[in-house]
Amino acid sequence: MFTCVIQTDDFDVGDAYQHLVSQAPKAGAVVFFVGRVRDYCDSATITGLSLEHYPGMTERTIQQILNKAERRFGIDAASVVHRVGVLEARDNIVFVGVASAHRGAAFDAAEFIMDFLKTSAPFWKKELLATGESVWVEARHQDNERASRWSMPSER
Amino acid sequence: MINIRFFGQLRERLTTESIELVCDVPISVGDIKNELFIKSDAFSVHLAQPNVLVAVNHEYATVDTLVNDGDEVAFFPPVTGG
Repeated sequence: MFTCVIQTDDFDVGDAYQHLVSQAPKAGAVVFFVGRVRDYCDSATITGLSLEHYPGMTERTIQQILNKAERRFGIDAASVVHRVGVLEARDNIVFVGVASAHRGAAFDAAEFIMDFLKTSAPFWKKELLATGESVWVEARHQDNERASRWSMPSER
Repeated sequence: MINIRFFGQLRERLTTESIELVCDVPISVGDIKNELFIKSDAFSVHLAQPNVLVAVNHEYATVDTLVNDGDEVAFFPPVTGG
């Protein structure tokens, strides 16, 4: 199963892992990544993040990334849980999990999914400041460079 | 009628979440932009930025993509999720 959920609520990493492995009982390798809100302790002016998305397109885009990962790496299952709304420092933002026969494909697929999620899934982050103002986060060219690695030999 | 939506910083700069455009179809995304540029200075400034992305019916599109009656077009800045 290749699933994507967008939610405002927090997620439990243990539950997300259990759900993933239940979809891939024969898998010998599971890799997961959790993205969190950085603790801005050196920048006390930032109190948290607000995440906006494009309902419908976000799920569709992530599902397409998961389907590409399945074809490219032959993985057994993958899941994405991504939060939206207001988040505080150290909150979970995203869970990406991959289950596969062997670890190589699982590691690669997890990076592949995360790289394309960051560069193509329609989410927008805003930093919330203690002053009550907010600042939109700019896209990083490093993220595009990471994603472009995958198009080198055999993007399918 | 075509439903046009805006997201992220672009939505804030335009102070508009969505508008409906009545026009002859099919119409290209590029021509939709031109129609919007005429509507207000805010559109001609912010929508014309080279980094603005576009989707038609939840799929990434280009200025050449053709749009039909009932379609949904979205304009938004580079994405920053994950």
